[in-house]
Amino acid sequence: MNVTIVDYQSGNISSVINSFTEVAKGNVNLEVTSDIKKIKSSDKIVLPGQGSFKSCVDSLNSINELVDTLKEFAIIYKKPLLGICVGLQMFADVGFEEAETKGLGWISGKVSKIDNQNGKFKLPHIGWNEIEIQKESKIFKDIRNKSHMYFVHSYEFIPEDKSVISATTDYSSQIVCSVEKDNLFGTQFHPEKSDKIGLKIIDNFIKL
Amino acid sequence: MLKNRIIPCLDVKNGRVVKGINFVELKDAGDPVEQAKIYSDGGADEICFLDITASNENRETIIDIVRKTAKECFVPLTVGGGVRSIQNITDLLLAGADKVSINTAAVKDVSFIKEASKKFGSQCIVVAIDAKKVSDNKWEVFTHGGRNKTGIDAIEFAKQVEANGAGEILLTSMDRDGTKSGYDIDLLREITKSTNIPVIASGGVGTLDHLYDGIVKGGASAVLAASIFHYGEYEIKEAKEYLNSKNVSVRL
Repeated sequence: MNVTIVDYQSGNISSVINSFTEVAKGNVNLEVTSDIKKIKSSDKIVLPGQGSFKSCVDSLNSINELVDTLKEFAIIYKKPLLGICVGLQMFADVGFEEAETKGLGWISGKVSKIDNQNGKFKLPHIGWNEIEIQKESKIFKDIRNKSHMYFVHSYEFIPEDKSVISATTDYSSQIVCSVEKDNLFGTQFHPEKSDKIGLKIIDNFIKL
Repeated sequence: MLKNRIIPCLDVKNGRVVKGINFVELKDAGDPVEQAKIYSDGGADEICFLDITASNENRETIIDIVRKTAKECFVPLTVGGGVRSIQNITDLLLAGADKVSINTAAVKDVSFIKEASKKFGSQCIVVAIDAKKVSDNKWEVFTHGGRNKTGIDAIEFAKQVEANGAGEILLTSMDRDGTKSGYDIDLLREITKSTNIPVIASGGVGTLDHLYDGIVKGGASAVLAASIFHYGEYEIKEAKEYLNSKNVSVRL
């Protein structure tokens, strides 16, 4: 099996690479690339994302054919794709970080700043928070409800269709922290930084 | 609910842990990678390395340690000490650090924080503020491990680093550091009140009650400690269970 972590120069992906390498343990062919041909021949794709929504979208767009190739992979061929953090947020139609920016539009919705209730909640939302599982998700196999995951973000994905939400977390309000729609998976938290429980989610994705 | 974090800090000099854990099962007590692994397995919410190597020529040593640690520890890893340029940050992040902590370079030129957070995202930029009390409710920023006075007001500086895009503040009381008499709660409270980003309390922990005070009285989002964990006085798990028993929410 070929799993590709898309390297589109969107910040630090070392931890994503390390954790997938640990879980794959040589059983899976892991590529870290933005090479269109390699992405096309992958079985699964991981779309990480750090920094702002705008900077990630701009980086994706700066690589020729990348967005179209990802769309073909995820929407037309319906192969499994996991978005992490801003990687998930980019599924939305639009984001409002830095400037209003068009997203990939794969799952209808928007990405807005977390309402911190006039400073009552510190932003970024940094640290370990419990996930509340809202529906069964393939990547949550053997993951207990209220497991702790590591978060670091100031913006949240608000999907129009609430049925895509697979988990939420409580920070000023119920924030969407995981989605599953057909072959599309996304986590707002960082499974690659969430200790053994996070590695289990990565393992579940690899074993899909 | 967001949990309060416990962060053990390892001081590293020329590639060796300076204040090491005295665990008998350790093959090499000075190996930072092995110690980080023990902390991570013990439930540390993050790991912090502070590189206190004096010379610049040894940058490669800390990078190598980060590289090895990041392959074994899957919790966030923060690295501080000698981070002076965008290139320093790039090197550490590529090696597997999740955040870098910037001290002197931020004091010298606050726009460096802006540049760094713009380039790498606020999530990985921690600004370390070393503060010393100068009069009632007044603290001053110091650099070079408390040796150099800057004349900058700590509270004003904290607001400034937030405005420039820092994701977190690592606040060390130079008066308390190494004393085991507890965090400077007044300082902590002033800074957590004046800013809207998470503050990590540091400097002075001698008992588990000090951790409690840092969170409950000082308003810190995370508490950092070195020696109480290093010398095996307490294990991370013990600290967490204690806080939990006093209704402070932690990841157990």
